[in-house]
Amino acid sequence: MTAAVELRGITKKFGDVIAVDNVDLTIQDGEFFSLLGPSGCGKTTTLRMIAGLEFPTEGSLSIFGEEVGTLAPNKRSVNTVFQNYALFPHLTVLDNVGFGLKMQGVAKKETKERSMEMIELVQLAGLETRKPSQMSGGQQQRVALARALVNQPKVLLLDEPLGALDLKLRQEMQLELKKLQRDVGISFVFVTHDQEEALTMSDRIAVMHEGKLLQVASPEEIYESPANRFVADFIGRTNLLDGTTSDNETVVLSNGTSIRAQNTFPEGTKVSISIRPERTEITQRSEPSDSLSSIQGTVETITYLGNARVYGVKFTWLSIEVREENRPDLEVFNVGDDVTVHWEHDAISVVKD
Amino acid sequence: MRKRKHTDHVVEVATPEFEKAAQKKESRRGLLMALPSYLYLILFFVIPLGIVLIYSFATRNRFGGTDLSGWNLESYERIAEPIVRTILFRSLWLAILTTVICLVIAYPFAYYLSTRKPTIRNVMLVFVMIPFWTNFLVRNYAWRVILGNDGPFTKVTEFFGLGTHELLFSQKAVVLGLVYGYLPFMILPLYAAIERIDGQLLEASRDLYGNGWQSFKNVLLPLSMPGVIAGSILVFVPSLGAYVTPEILGGAKTTLLGSYIVTQFLTARNWPFGAALSFVLMAVMLLMTIIYFRKGGRTL
Repeated sequence: MTAAVELRGITKKFGDVIAVDNVDLTIQDGEFFSLLGPSGCGKTTTLRMIAGLEFPTEGSLSIFGEEVGTLAPNKRSVNTVFQNYALFPHLTVLDNVGFGLKMQGVAKKETKERSMEMIELVQLAGLETRKPSQMSGGQQQRVALARALVNQPKVLLLDEPLGALDLKLRQEMQLELKKLQRDVGISFVFVTHDQEEALTMSDRIAVMHEGKLLQVASPEEIYESPANRFVADFIGRTNLLDGTTSDNETVVLSNGTSIRAQNTFPEGTKVSISIRPERTEITQRSEPSDSLSSIQGTVETITYLGNARVYGVKFTWLSIEVREENRPDLEVFNVGDDVTVHWEHDAISVVKD
Repeated sequence: MRKRKHTDHVVEVATPEFEKAAQKKESRRGLLMALPSYLYLILFFVIPLGIVLIYSFATRNRFGGTDLSGWNLESYERIAEPIVRTILFRSLWLAILTTVICLVIAYPFAYYLSTRKPTIRNVMLVFVMIPFWTNFLVRNYAWRVILGNDGPFTKVTEFFGLGTHELLFSQKAVVLGLVYGYLPFMILPLYAAIERIDGQLLEASRDLYGNGWQSFKNVLLPLSMPGVIAGSILVFVPSLGAYVTPEILGGAKTTLLGSYIVTQFLTARNWPFGAALSFVLMAVMLLMTIIYFRKGGRTL
């Protein structure tokens, strides 16, 4: 595999603020790569540096082996789909899509042909004479995609492109984008703060927080074995219980309860154990067969989600969330019921802060 | 039993007739509020304009008065005379020159201004408007001192060995004065137009392989066109009819339309001709204004 984009020790400072802090990252050719994190984590700045809209303060940035650190954006073979699409309001769809080719001096006839082809590809045929203001958000999104892809970039950069769409359309576009990426075969670098979106679409995800890269891995790995407490908390819903490792098999929670939790940390390390709500089971209280993989408590809250119920189960010192599918064979509990929450030992991951 | 309310509101059932009546009432109220403005415009604009129009078709009598009889187009025909035509074209030329120079100076400045931080922007906008705090006439006389014999301008050119430059009482001095006087009218609408443009559009242009010039030509300029048109009209129209600046800085050699019209009323005492000239001038301005509203009237 060839590296499409390579960042080595990339730092970006705005005055005294460090937006991106010493990031090393390799994005492979042909992969759907997401930069995920809360707002202000540096993901957009990272994307803008790849696009050339910002220049790194330190470090080396290359695209297909060519150092591009301070190369102007119009001299890079990458294109961007902007957050609010940034379509040219004074140009028609056709002229918007053809803009990049026109700037590169491609002949008018060819520009038109290639633009029309791309407009058809994103299913906007017949709308090429419209102005962006006469189109819906979803259609504008497609124009933005066509406008970038018509230039046959080596890498496509997408800055929260689905943020402005409503849920249903967003989910449709997620699948479509993924399919499009497979069809054109280039790498997509996708910036989002929506962890579900990142999990759905990506081949690999980079989780960022406060300018730092916390973990770069496949969606499964990020979800199942988060690198630290922040990643565990940010990706999906989880219960985080604070404790200390007593050996590589056991973590002692802050109230003294021992939980079986495989870990590789030295004895006495302060850690959190992460238990996913959907990996737990809830039953009538009984003497647990394995007290190291269960806790007993009382149902405190019930949230009905349609396809599932989320129980808030209160223990003496904390409460945890338990998610149960809405299936006829599963017992339904009421507030105040005494219950036991138990889990398979591999449902747990141990993370450091 | 329910208690009756204290007030007995008569609530009408909503019907199309009721709806219509309500709309009528609303528009009548609107008219009432606009009445003072209408009265002002009629009294001080429409009626005087009508008088000027009537006079432009009248005949000058031997004593310099005007006979409101024997209507004719003589005054308008006189505009084709070489001397009048020269003045008209000279005025047009200087107004166009002033507008173009203002545009060239103001555009980069307005762009620069719109890319500054809001606090710096406000300070600079105040600087743009500071000249307005001094009377226009006074400022023109100041230029007379600056450009005059032994004035600072000559001293500077002499100091740098560029020789003595007599700018005062020339067309150059008039254009300089006009550019100076009307530059803010170009800067402000340009700034307003450029400031509104989404900066991401320029980034998109750069991302799509546009270099600086291409981005300017294909994105910035077309999107700021309403400001360009508004600023150009705001500079062109008063430049065309300018009276004070050419009088003070232009001297006798460069008579412009504004001065020529004044001469017709005061010195030559040919009111019909002065009225006709005024009307032609106004027609040109009206044409420009119509172009503005057609092209980019949504701004301002």
